[in-house]
Amino acid sequence: MSLNDLYLSLKDLWFVLIAVLWCGYFLLEGFDFGVGILLPVLGRGDTERRVLINTVGPVWDGNEVWLLVAGGATFAAFPMWYATLFSGFYLPLLLILVALIIRAVAFEYRGKRPQAAWRRGWDWCITAGSAVPALLWGVAFGNIVRGVPIDAHEHYTGGFFALLNPYALLGGLTTLTVFTLHGAVFLALKTTGDIRERARRTAARLGPVAIVVAGSFLLWTEIHHGKAAAAGLAVVAALGLVGTLVATLRGREGLAFAGTGAAIVATTVALFTTLYPNVMPSTTSAAYSLTVHNASSSHYTLQIMSVVAVIFTPLVLLYQGWTYWVFRKRIGVSDIPVETPGTVGTAA
Amino acid sequence: MNTLMLARWQFGITTVYHFFFVPLTIGLSALIAIMQTRWLRTRDERLLRLVKFFGKLFLINFALGVATGIVQEFQFGMDWSAYSRFVGDIFGAPLAIEGLLAFFLESTFLGLWIFGWGRLPERVHLACIWLVSIGTMLSAYFILAANAWMQHPVGYRIDHTTNRAVLTDFFAVLTNSTAVIAFFHTLTAAALYGGVLLVGVSAWHLARDRFTDVLRPALRLGLWASLAATAGLLVTGDIDGKIMTSQQPMKMAAAEALYTTSKPASFSLFTIGSLDGGKEVFSVRVPGVLSFLATGSFSGKVDGINDVQALEASQYGPGSYKPVIPVTYWSFRLMIGTGLLAGLIALVGLWWTRRGRLPERRWFWRVCTWSIALPILASSFGWIFTEMGRQPWAVYGVLTTREGVSLVSPGEVLTSLIVLTALYGVLAVVEVGLMLKYAKAGPPEIEPPAQAGDAEPRLSFAY
Repeated sequence: MSLNDLYLSLKDLWFVLIAVLWCGYFLLEGFDFGVGILLPVLGRGDTERRVLINTVGPVWDGNEVWLLVAGGATFAAFPMWYATLFSGFYLPLLLILVALIIRAVAFEYRGKRPQAAWRRGWDWCITAGSAVPALLWGVAFGNIVRGVPIDAHEHYTGGFFALLNPYALLGGLTTLTVFTLHGAVFLALKTTGDIRERARRTAARLGPVAIVVAGSFLLWTEIHHGKAAAAGLAVVAALGLVGTLVATLRGREGLAFAGTGAAIVATTVALFTTLYPNVMPSTTSAAYSLTVHNASSSHYTLQIMSVVAVIFTPLVLLYQGWTYWVFRKRIGVSDIPVETPGTVGTAA
Repeated sequence: MNTLMLARWQFGITTVYHFFFVPLTIGLSALIAIMQTRWLRTRDERLLRLVKFFGKLFLINFALGVATGIVQEFQFGMDWSAYSRFVGDIFGAPLAIEGLLAFFLESTFLGLWIFGWGRLPERVHLACIWLVSIGTMLSAYFILAANAWMQHPVGYRIDHTTNRAVLTDFFAVLTNSTAVIAFFHTLTAAALYGGVLLVGVSAWHLARDRFTDVLRPALRLGLWASLAATAGLLVTGDIDGKIMTSQQPMKMAAAEALYTTSKPASFSLFTIGSLDGGKEVFSVRVPGVLSFLATGSFSGKVDGINDVQALEASQYGPGSYKPVIPVTYWSFRLMIGTGLLAGLIALVGLWWTRRGRLPERRWFWRVCTWSIALPILASSFGWIFTEMGRQPWAVYGVLTTREGVSLVSPGEVLTSLIVLTALYGVLAVVEVGLMLKYAKAGPPEIEPPAQAGDAEPRLSFAY
């Protein structure tokens, strides 16, 4: 293989790795977004809401790091993509930032004071802070795949409202409903008693909605771009969601969670497959599109990054996987410590 | 107001704010790890109470550090996209590696530490907090390597066809002298943050004769950590100053508002009057000290602003290469002054609490408590100095800040500036409120271990 071929395959490798990072992010943070969104629906009373929050308590922060690494990897491997995307999607990203900030703080702070108003306020922050990014990530990816106006200098020229087109909004609705469903089946898998029942019923009700919404989004993507590989993945995603619904109705919670997981990964991969070899297609002129080739870092930088990724990614997967093993038990109302004035916020 | 000005204000506000929390995360995680290790060795219950007590304060602080950290990564692309395009080949790698090596480690093992009490074997649980501590330090290293490249770019060449910087030697970027010294300077600053927090919180209770048996060891540990940190800060700061003088002569000249090249150069403790090179009204000067700070010799030559300006104009073309002198002048001495004051308090505190003594001086305890603000001030001034002192450059000698800004509308940046500043303001109030509440509550009682009859131990540390 010549040096140039190696460079080309490294660019492709990093496109794949960034897709993997987004898959990991959506697969993991997807369910903790879902839990946050369902907090007011499934949590009746403070103790129940604490159960819900504690199902993701030990892991949500680690899940969010997938986003930080996806962002960092995009910066390092495709700086032009990072620059155009982040400056172009300015206001939606600001909204996502605000949402993620209030959500992170809310998880940590809600249990720190006993007052009902304090906790309700933070609960609202968790719900809004989960729903807004769950919606906007879909809108963002819808726009990336669909293409946005980009000029010859790699600048996004569309403004805020151009991002709110029907296709991208359907993409947003897809991530919102699928993540909510993912959260519902996660809760059914991780809780006991009434909450588990309610989560199961909610999942059963959300299942058909997610199938219709995600199905239409993937169909629309297919009609527009028509890539055979993406079509196959869309079928996998649809089957995953149908499987989730069937498994939920039969009380097979592990299987149901695997179904939404598969659907999320398949949808993400389908979008990246549709996108390739572009990373940000321009609707102004195809010549201005950012591609895997014209947006990437140098061969040397990609080599360094590849070595680091090859060594450390397995390690991260290993210890993050171990965390899920340590906290594999279901939890219920009886697991939450009783609060007396002296022990308020044992939540360290 | 233009995009550049607004983006600079946003970067300054969000970065200084983010850095209120980061050093405490680094410093306190290490101190908690030390206390927990000692608890496992001695089984002294007081140490366990300290771990739980300061652990809670640590987590209140950590939450904001994490939350505001995401903004840091995103705003390079949002506000500084031209910069990101130009430096991405070099600057992106340490950021990505920081995420992969450090953020995963910190967040995963912190989750295990918080929720793993009574669930993980004790030694494994202890390893978790140590891994968190290592993660925070790794994070500091990679982000400082990225920043150091802006101060003193190495291991790159400029590709003139694409007009971008291209990485040629990653090892040089990681072993940049500026990065190495900034790393140790930051770690020692973090130790001061952690030490002073232990001292300040313990002092508040000791002044009220509360928890004396538990908090006295914390006070002593904090005082020793603060003193050692101050010594470390002096040494690393001194080395850093000399490296800085050789790499960015303008910054050292601006630190003193030294307009004409001098040999030897004096250091003014303060100056009354304008700092624009005109006649000063009054100043207190120590002869030869600036020479020493810059060169290591009390009679060394220090280049003045005017000479460096002329030199840089001949190198980089016409224009002003001077930072805002009053900002660099005052931030430099306030950094040193506030840091030294914290060290002085530690020294006095160690003397007055020697061999089991506890001073009866209420005012001294009060000073200790208020000294919690000192390292926060010192590191804020330090960063303001080092970043403002590099202006007009974003990457010294390579790319100006003006060239790096995004082509976004002022309205967008203004929105973001207002939203983030307001949000950060509210969160600061909430954070301080919680810190005070939990600091004043004092070390918690340790609950007796679960009874053998309990089938299912309850979550000891639940949100």
